[in-house]
Amino acid sequence: MDVPRSGLENFIFTFFNAEVAQKYLPDLLQGLVITAALSVCITLSGVLIGLLLAMVRSSGKRWASVPVVMFADVFRALPPLVLLMVFFFAFPFINLSMSAFTATCLALSLVLAAYAEESIWAGLRSLPVGQREAARSCGMTALQALVYVQIPQALRVAVPPLTNRVISVIKNTALGSVIALSEVLNIAHSATSNSGNPTPLVLGAALYLLFFIPIIALARWWLETTWQYKR
Amino acid sequence: MQDILDNFFNWDVFVQVFPFLLKGLWTTLWLSALVIPIGLLSGLLLALWITHTRSRTGCWIANVYVDFFRAFPPLVLLILIYFGIPFTGWEIPKVMAVCVGFMLNNSSYFCEVFRAGIEAVPKGQTEAARSTGLTQWQTLAHVVIPQATRKVLPDLMGNCIEVVKLTTIASVVAMPELLRVARDAQSLVYNPSPIILAALMYLALLWPLVRWISVMEARRK
Repeated sequence: MDVPRSGLENFIFTFFNAEVAQKYLPDLLQGLVITAALSVCITLSGVLIGLLLAMVRSSGKRWASVPVVMFADVFRALPPLVLLMVFFFAFPFINLSMSAFTATCLALSLVLAAYAEESIWAGLRSLPVGQREAARSCGMTALQALVYVQIPQALRVAVPPLTNRVISVIKNTALGSVIALSEVLNIAHSATSNSGNPTPLVLGAALYLLFFIPIIALARWWLETTWQYKR
Repeated sequence: MQDILDNFFNWDVFVQVFPFLLKGLWTTLWLSALVIPIGLLSGLLLALWITHTRSRTGCWIANVYVDFFRAFPPLVLLILIYFGIPFTGWEIPKVMAVCVGFMLNNSSYFCEVFRAGIEAVPKGQTEAARSTGLTQWQTLAHVVIPQATRKVLPDLMGNCIEVVKLTTIASVVAMPELLRVARDAQSLVYNPSPIILAALMYLALLWPLVRWISVMEARRK
């Protein structure tokens, strides 16, 4: 039954096998849903935590800012995969088990929060002191000045680097495959071992590109149109 | 509390696995020392090509390459290379797979950084250098590249740290680097202290660098 194939045919049969692709595409798409859900969770919680931390740090109190700086440093220095391993493999030993999804979400949210805090803090620092002073002298409380005057202006500076960071953190959702989270890469990898054909891996890689290239393009367009402003 | 001490900071386990983890740390270090220069060099060449080529197609291809590999999660790339290429009949060695994967990924990132630096060097610098009789290559080597590098030094350092952190993904293809060794040790002693110790070693290695970059960036503004 084996018809001799030419080199190219063989290559296509191995890496771009339509039959195998068809068989595993639904599974891979399910994985993509997990990847997408994870990305949304991480982006929202990471940016929110980062924003809160930057606000805490801007209070100027030493007891508040030192822990924030330490948090930001530690989570920028630790490799995300190490964090993932700690949450997923070490925490169960102290009776803190979590699902692979939770562990990935938690680890990457904390990493993103650390970077977000740094970006937003840099934005806050770049504002002239007069902005806060003027807001305070209008009768705003410190918190009002922060929320209505300082943060909106700080975001102008912070959003471009933050957007790039969000993209690079959500690319790390592929790390979840290491702790058996059934996202695209994990499904593609096990499908490749099950079918003895690397087509699912190629397909998975293509899905990642289809997922990320629009995000990157959209982010670039959004940054260039909405967030560019003349100083 | 005792639970945390026994499981996360178990001194006996620390002492027992420390020599193994040091070996893993050594692998992490030489792996970084191998892939960082490759990434820096290929990124620089790519940036020079993009900023200096006269061929529009050539520039376009390089830009597509950069965007392509920045959209590609590095772990996906590594697994595709390491588990995909053997299907062509060639068992790619681990180190080779890691180097190729890192080169494709890192060159794009380093290229972006270098490009920003090169574009920030005023044109007059090149013109002045050329008019004193330097050749184009001499101009690049002695005038443009040194200034460009100085301008983006914190970003370059930041990228290098990212690469060191990224070497953890080599554990997935069974490279015995720090994280992999720690995981293996954990399953041997059935206690997660080795992972915690590995995390502490990563912190000891990278925290000073992260701090240094923060200080440099604060000073730049």
